[in-house]
Amino acid sequence: MMNRATPFDHLILILATLFMVLPVAVAIMTSTHTAVDIHSNGLSLAPGGHGVETYTTVLTKQGGFTGQVTGLRMMMNSLILGIGFAVGKIVLSMLAAYALVYFRFRFATAMFWVIFTTLLLPLEVRIMPSYQVMSDLKLLNTYTGLIVPLLASATGTFYFRQFFKSVPDELLEAARIDGAGPFKFLIDVLIPLSRTMMAAIFVIMFVYGWNQYLWPMLMTTEERFFTLMRGIKQILQVWIGSQIPDYNEAFALAILALAPPVLVVVVFQRWFIKGLTESDK
Amino acid sequence: MTDATHPTAASGARPRRRAASPARSEPAKRAQFDRPLLPWAFLAPQLLVVCIFFYWPSVQAITSSFYLEDPFGFGSTFVGLDNYKDALGSAEYQRIAGFTALFTVLVTGFSMGLGLLFAVKADKVIRGRSSYRTALISVYAIAPPVAGLMGMMLFDQHIGPFVKLAAWFGYDMKVGINYNDTAFAMILVSVWKQVPYNFIFFLSGLQGIPASVREAAVIDCRNGFTRFRTAILPLLAPTAFFLLIINITYALFDTFAVIDVMVKDKPANNPVTLVYKVYNDGFRGNDIGGSAAQSVILMVVVLVLTLIQFRWLERRVHYG
Amino acid sequence: MARIDIRNVSKTYPGAATPSVADIDLAIADGEFIVLVGPSGCGKSTLLRMVAGLEDITGGEVSIGGRVVNKVDPAERDIAMVFQNYALYPHMTVRENMAYGLKNRKTPKTEIEARVAEAARMLELGPYLDRKPRGLSGGQRQRVAMGRAVVRQPAAFLFDEPLSNLDAKLRVSMRGEIRRLQRRLGTTSLYVTHDQLEAMTLADRLVVLNAGRIEQVGAPLDIYHRPASTFVASFIGSPAMNLLDAEADGARLRIGQNVIQAGAGFAHRGPVTLGIRAEDLHPAATGLPFRTDLVEELGAQRLVHGFIDGQALVLALDPSVPVRDEMFLTVAPERLHLFDTAGGKRIGTTDVRAVHARVPA
Repeated sequence: MMNRATPFDHLILILATLFMVLPVAVAIMTSTHTAVDIHSNGLSLAPGGHGVETYTTVLTKQGGFTGQVTGLRMMMNSLILGIGFAVGKIVLSMLAAYALVYFRFRFATAMFWVIFTTLLLPLEVRIMPSYQVMSDLKLLNTYTGLIVPLLASATGTFYFRQFFKSVPDELLEAARIDGAGPFKFLIDVLIPLSRTMMAAIFVIMFVYGWNQYLWPMLMTTEERFFTLMRGIKQILQVWIGSQIPDYNEAFALAILALAPPVLVVVVFQRWFIKGLTESDK
Repeated sequence: MTDATHPTAASGARPRRRAASPARSEPAKRAQFDRPLLPWAFLAPQLLVVCIFFYWPSVQAITSSFYLEDPFGFGSTFVGLDNYKDALGSAEYQRIAGFTALFTVLVTGFSMGLGLLFAVKADKVIRGRSSYRTALISVYAIAPPVAGLMGMMLFDQHIGPFVKLAAWFGYDMKVGINYNDTAFAMILVSVWKQVPYNFIFFLSGLQGIPASVREAAVIDCRNGFTRFRTAILPLLAPTAFFLLIINITYALFDTFAVIDVMVKDKPANNPVTLVYKVYNDGFRGNDIGGSAAQSVILMVVVLVLTLIQFRWLERRVHYG
Repeated sequence: MARIDIRNVSKTYPGAATPSVADIDLAIADGEFIVLVGPSGCGKSTLLRMVAGLEDITGGEVSIGGRVVNKVDPAERDIAMVFQNYALYPHMTVRENMAYGLKNRKTPKTEIEARVAEAARMLELGPYLDRKPRGLSGGQRQRVAMGRAVVRQPAAFLFDEPLSNLDAKLRVSMRGEIRRLQRRLGTTSLYVTHDQLEAMTLADRLVVLNAGRIEQVGAPLDIYHRPASTFVASFIGSPAMNLLDAEADGARLRIGQNVIQAGAGFAHRGPVTLGIRAEDLHPAATGLPFRTDLVEELGAQRLVHGFIDGQALVLALDPSVPVRDEMFLTVAPERLHLFDTAGGKRIGTTDVRAVHARVPA
């Protein structure tokens, strides 16, 4: 009776789905054709039968100027960045939020502000001096330099703080009566309670880390530290000026770069959406 | 790309409550541990990272915006506000600022509009709801440079279907060469990439409206569109406002990768946004001071946006 | 004002094996206050929502004021609904909340103002008209929800557990207010609740639902004194009616070792379920041997829990009656309720009017 969906609603949604998904589908299908084939016939929505070769090439061919970097290597680096960033974020922000919520100490409010001011300014606007700092600290071309500076924001802390505040006070009181100190309470009560929250943050942060572009581009000049995002920049640079660009390899690289985060988001959809949106409940 | 977007998204979702009293020492936990030193140990890693990688560079950005740095590294001279005057006074800066504003308005408008439309429809259907939802959110996870690359393909001079479509209508589309064509492609790709984010939040906002309020509206108002406009849309206002800020931040900063990929290192006659210019002047042009001044200008823009967000959320759109 | 006719109405959700509401037949007279009562999941809300048009009707028909409304849009059914969580529009003031439905029906502005003012006066909402719902207490929100229904001057009010979110004290006073308001306006009302006390106090007629079917329809006191089944007997009345296993042999009823006399004219043989209200049991010199287990003091009366022949039961005694560990109890034969053990249906024919006559006060 109410809110019944009409065919028109479905039509809009089908068009929406096509709008969102078609480019990805085209990229996947086209990546299985040869470069020459693509060059003469354009994009394709049918599989081409050269997928295995293309992906093998992209994953294993020693590319770049020094011949040090393969697709596999870049994928590894992206994975290290994604996972390292997500894990680092969870550990750092959980500890900080624990201190802010569960301890009474001087300057707690000041510390809150010191940490949360970082939400105000994106990395892009301080990119030059950040680069300078990294180079002063000799952290260019290191995984530390790649990951740690990205942790300098309060996002995760914010999530955990909010979550901890929603945990009933009685829990700490009960735990204290049962003889739990700060470490025991954290490990035995709070961490197990936060599991879903941690999973949600992990998904969001993994995607965020994996998708980093500008920072890795500046931080890594040595090809063995290149991530897939950096590889995309690379392949486009090679592209300019070539007669028949390696469309197939570019597409394959794009698919490799988008598949893991997309899969993570689709598979862990519920956690992901919950983590992203659940805030005021 | 930025710290601000997904994170503030993350965070931004929360400030709704926080906005009311960020520092007004909110009612702390009734039960807290009383250890003077332990909390500092827990805070130390985060504080360290924040100080070294946030405050230090931020302060440096502000300082160097007042200096003229010798490109060959032989010292620097204090020049006061000259860098700002140069930046704001230059015709190129003004042109780019103009494009950035247009770009931001269009990207924000279209991605929010489409996100809302899709969310309203997805909220309505029952059959196939989860398939639609999965399809519509999956693109969220695609990185901006990958989106840019796919955009390049779709607008490629040889193989791009959009170029062919345009040619069919007798238009010679030259993305990467023609200013307007490139702008169009950039906006389309940026919108495409951002729709899922808006979709997720609008859908969750819609699902957060109590069923009984919708039912009351069904009894009170026959016309579906009027009902949506008068009873449902106002309830989405907090979500929409939050998203407005997030989308502006996205358009200003996160689209850097899209732009960087699509102009293919040839910004000369292509449209770029302010953040690209910061990067280009700093790293390519070695104009450290000028780049820093532009950074600070952008910082101020972000700060203003964020403050508006907090104040507004506090005052207007918060229906307890 | 209108009558509502519910004819053979059923609701089966897609994919469900059994209907949630099955073959409900109910004729509601103009101005009548009907309460649908039953445990959660009995289908009472579904039935109400079918009348409102918020749920599709999968079988039968509903007519309001003689017009079949199965396919009529909720907004066109001329009904107003009060929801459990009030469902106020959070972005509108109290005034706007009340005016919204009228505005959408193109009611003239002056008319809207007059009606809102009248409702505000009736419900004492005058001082709050320009506030948003978040600035109101639970009771005030409840009044606004009522006001929103009242201003519409609909053919019928539909109430979906409107008092469940209020605290106990407020619930009692709002209950009275709803009843007074309904009397004054004379609007046909259909009210859903799971609270039997609320149902008893509000209803002209009570409809007891169980598992999607009507268990009994009747005036509150008729249902109290003559429950049609063990389900109704245990659901209506507090404390719940005592139900004991007994063996019938004509007019003689055997409870374990003990025998009591049923009313004249009762001729059933075999196992029966014997129902006795807590207040119908009285201590006496001889009778059913009762062993006291626990006494609850309620002030005006005293609830004594204990056993007869191992079967638990409760007595409601006047506080002046002394309680001993071992007592004998009697019960007037006409106060006995007998139910079929297998189906739980009432058997025997104790005359309700006769019972009424003997009830002091």
